[in-house]
Amino acid sequence: MSLFNIFNIAGSAMAAQSQRLNVVASNLANADSATGPDGKPYKAKQVIFETTPVAGQVGQGVKVSAVVESTAPMREVYDPAHPMANEQGYVAMPNVNPVEEMVNMISASRSYQNNVEVLNTSKTLLQRTLTIGQ
Amino acid sequence: MFQFHQTALNLRAARQELLASNIANADTPNYKARDIDFARALQGALGGDGAQLALNTTAAAHLQGEAGETVMGAPVQYRIPTQPSADGNTVEMDTERTQFADNALRYEASVRFISERGKDVLAALQG
Repeated sequence: MSLFNIFNIAGSAMAAQSQRLNVVASNLANADSATGPDGKPYKAKQVIFETTPVAGQVGQGVKVSAVVESTAPMREVYDPAHPMANEQGYVAMPNVNPVEEMVNMISASRSYQNNVEVLNTSKTLLQRTLTIGQ
Repeated sequence: MFQFHQTALNLRAARQELLASNIANADTPNYKARDIDFARALQGALGGDGAQLALNTTAAAHLQGEAGETVMGAPVQYRIPTQPSADGNTVEMDTERTQFADNALRYEASVRFISERGKDVLAALQG
């Protein structure tokens, strides 16, 4: 039944978008983390979306195929008093771009809302179908 | 009469699934939005001129010429985008959302038709 598949499709998209939102939250929270457990500054992360088939139907869901780290250069901040500063007095700070992250966040939240809408519509349609003959 | 609306309802549900997967994959790089030609698909499903024509082969090694993915015998087609995108994704949310709402409304209309038809038959039986 196609309408039940929509639950799986929209659900997979919601899960993927919330993972994206999760990564954005992590990036924003660590925008100033000059050091991590490995002693290196935090690197911005990003999710890669991929289509995934849903139970032999033509419809396709979404899944997060990988979480990759940004290869952008680290932000160099001049702060000689900082314990992590090098000989020139520069501290390597995370390569998180707050503007990019905010755009990502809005996009993820809008996509999530879209899929909630899809889910609600499908639910209404299924309920209407159940009233046939009444 | 029942069969017509039943087929239409099944096709609407299948199309709804396709549109849902378009909306779900709005952020997937290189995803191509897909849809079916509803009128042709319904005609094909009702046994009119088939939406799918088999290729005539004279040897086992000949290609079958399959049209790819199908929904109830109707070929799934790719949407032509009106605006280009940097990541190769052709989902246009405004188009998808209007088509989704349109399809949902028509699905409800079909449900109503079937319900009313059932009531008509009942009225005729009871006199």
